[in-house]
Amino acid sequence: MQEIRNYTMNFGPQHPAAHGVLRLIMEMDGETIVRTDPHVGLLHRGTEKLAESKPFNQSIGYMDRLDYVSMMCNEHAYVRAIETLLGIEAPERAQYIRTMFDEITRILNHLMWIGSNALDLGAMAVILYAFREREELMDVYEAVSGARMHATYYRPGGVYRDLPEQMSKYRESPWHKGADLKRINSWREGSMLDFLDAFTADFPSKVDEYEELLTTNRIWKQRTVGIGVVSPELAQQWGMTGAMLRGSGVEWDLRKKQPYAKYAEMDFDIPVGVNGDCYDRYLVRVEEMRQSNRIIRQCVEWLRANPGPVMVKNFKVAPPSRVEMKQDMEALIHHFKLFTEGYCVPAGETYCAVEAPKGEFGCYLVSDGANKPFRVHLRAPGFAHLSSMDTIVRGHMLADVVAMIGTYDLVFGEVDR
Amino acid sequence: MTDTQKTSLAGQLAARFGDTLAVTTVRNETVAELAAADLFAVATALRDEPAFRFSELIDLCGIDYLGYGQVEWDTETVSGTGFSRGVEGQAQGRFDWAGRPRGNGENQPRRFAAVIQLLSIEHNRRLRLRVFCEDDSLPVVPSLTSVWPGVNWFEREAFDLYGIIFDGHPDLRRILTDYGFVGHPFRKDFPLIGNVEVRYDPEQQRVIYEPVSIEPRVLVPRTIRDDADLMQARAEAADHWREN
Repeated sequence: MQEIRNYTMNFGPQHPAAHGVLRLIMEMDGETIVRTDPHVGLLHRGTEKLAESKPFNQSIGYMDRLDYVSMMCNEHAYVRAIETLLGIEAPERAQYIRTMFDEITRILNHLMWIGSNALDLGAMAVILYAFREREELMDVYEAVSGARMHATYYRPGGVYRDLPEQMSKYRESPWHKGADLKRINSWREGSMLDFLDAFTADFPSKVDEYEELLTTNRIWKQRTVGIGVVSPELAQQWGMTGAMLRGSGVEWDLRKKQPYAKYAEMDFDIPVGVNGDCYDRYLVRVEEMRQSNRIIRQCVEWLRANPGPVMVKNFKVAPPSRVEMKQDMEALIHHFKLFTEGYCVPAGETYCAVEAPKGEFGCYLVSDGANKPFRVHLRAPGFAHLSSMDTIVRGHMLADVVAMIGTYDLVFGEVDR
Repeated sequence: MTDTQKTSLAGQLAARFGDTLAVTTVRNETVAELAAADLFAVATALRDEPAFRFSELIDLCGIDYLGYGQVEWDTETVSGTGFSRGVEGQAQGRFDWAGRPRGNGENQPRRFAAVIQLLSIEHNRRLRLRVFCEDDSLPVVPSLTSVWPGVNWFEREAFDLYGIIFDGHPDLRRILTDYGFVGHPFRKDFPLIGNVEVRYDPEQQRVIYEPVSIEPRVLVPRTIRDDADLMQARAEAADHWREN
């Protein structure tokens, strides 16, 4: 009999299904994976070391660039860690705004995920629909912070500014004109909250559209059902969190179990899977979009009824208003000190985690009392998930590796940091 | 011992492990410091025993305590030297490889530690373990890969960035830095600007490494202040921070 030897295959780092710069060295027996060795770090920027060399506030923007499809959730973990060490608490309205934007971010992330994952597995249309809704939410990001992605909106002590009274409108252009222009601007007549109201009323029907394309789709089910099965025990051994853990039937969500911001006041459900395969994780994430939509609606309702401050009135950590600075010497000094030196955080250490769309995103912060952190460590869910790759894909076919990369919901900004 | 002490994690840890662990609780976060030699036995017990059941290792990271508490901008006494005192100093980002700070020998506290965050899903609790490495020149910690397989990459990362060696790790390779990287970049005596830069050389038609051309530069001096406002905040924190 002819002897067939295993051969080694290289996948990435430049590959459309690698979701960035993942390089896999795979040992193959025919089309079956015998062993796989993921090489990461091609996007390593030393974020944690950079953060050690600048004042606390200057690193918030770096957090956006970790998991660059769930920006504000990353900021939330970092900002919470600083607030814990400072011993300050954001005003109630700021906490509602954070809750709302965490959920907007979750929808943004899951839309990106559903689109790219479907694209990887051969369904072209989904990403086009998903980006339609992503665009609307990007506009919300822009309206509130001025940036579509890297917002730097959460600050220790609250959020940068209150919600805008106006949504920006599309101008007439060769691409948007006439009845089309009128239609896309019809949600944008009022404030940002009006816009979100209209968006969230409409969004569940959009989720139905994605489900129409995928949930009962024969090809989609062939590619995902029974693929990448993760048992609850395996998930815990490998430090999995988020949808990876819930897909295996473990009901664990920090928003419920260790609530932060205003999640304790929110009414929402935690979807869990049964079989722990790629299909169950798909269903979990789709349901999470619907639940996030519910949370946003509750936040919008509260925010409409309760105006108030969005930043603590402590000039040691938050800048005074421009008007105050023009008239008050103290305010001017505070402003100068805050922006040239920053604030000193009392010595101590803390670990603060948030339920980011991909899992538990944590920030371990050590301060020695200085105006710069002594050590920042960012616990990225994708890093822990990807490390289990070898164990899970052994015995699968090569094409299932792509399904697995998709279901991990990897973003290399946070894996490599 | 009161009832709350018995049911608190710190109380349970003290009862079970005695002097092996030095347990403190700050802001509802429980931290246990232990010797590297005890780590493996303690970790196995923490995972398996019904009172603890730390089924998930959430995170492991290295930390280098060199220069902890050092400042460049003295705020206690007024200096006659002006801002120049703010542009000198030894903190991160100010030195290149030749001028890196070196330890001052015996009286320096231990530098390297591995910090582990554990999570118990069953009891909904967290615990932080800190293990100091005995030897600064060869930091060694036992590997926990046989207790929680998910720690594999975290240990590789700590090895890569801090040079902490995890004894018993099946595959202790670099993970985040470049192929062929030299040094452990997150150590406090590693320059922020790095040692080499990489570019494509059109003459040789290949990618080449060269010594860095950028200069170390810091815009904001590192300073420690004991602000009255923050002390106020700390006093309030002791009363009613995180009641829920």
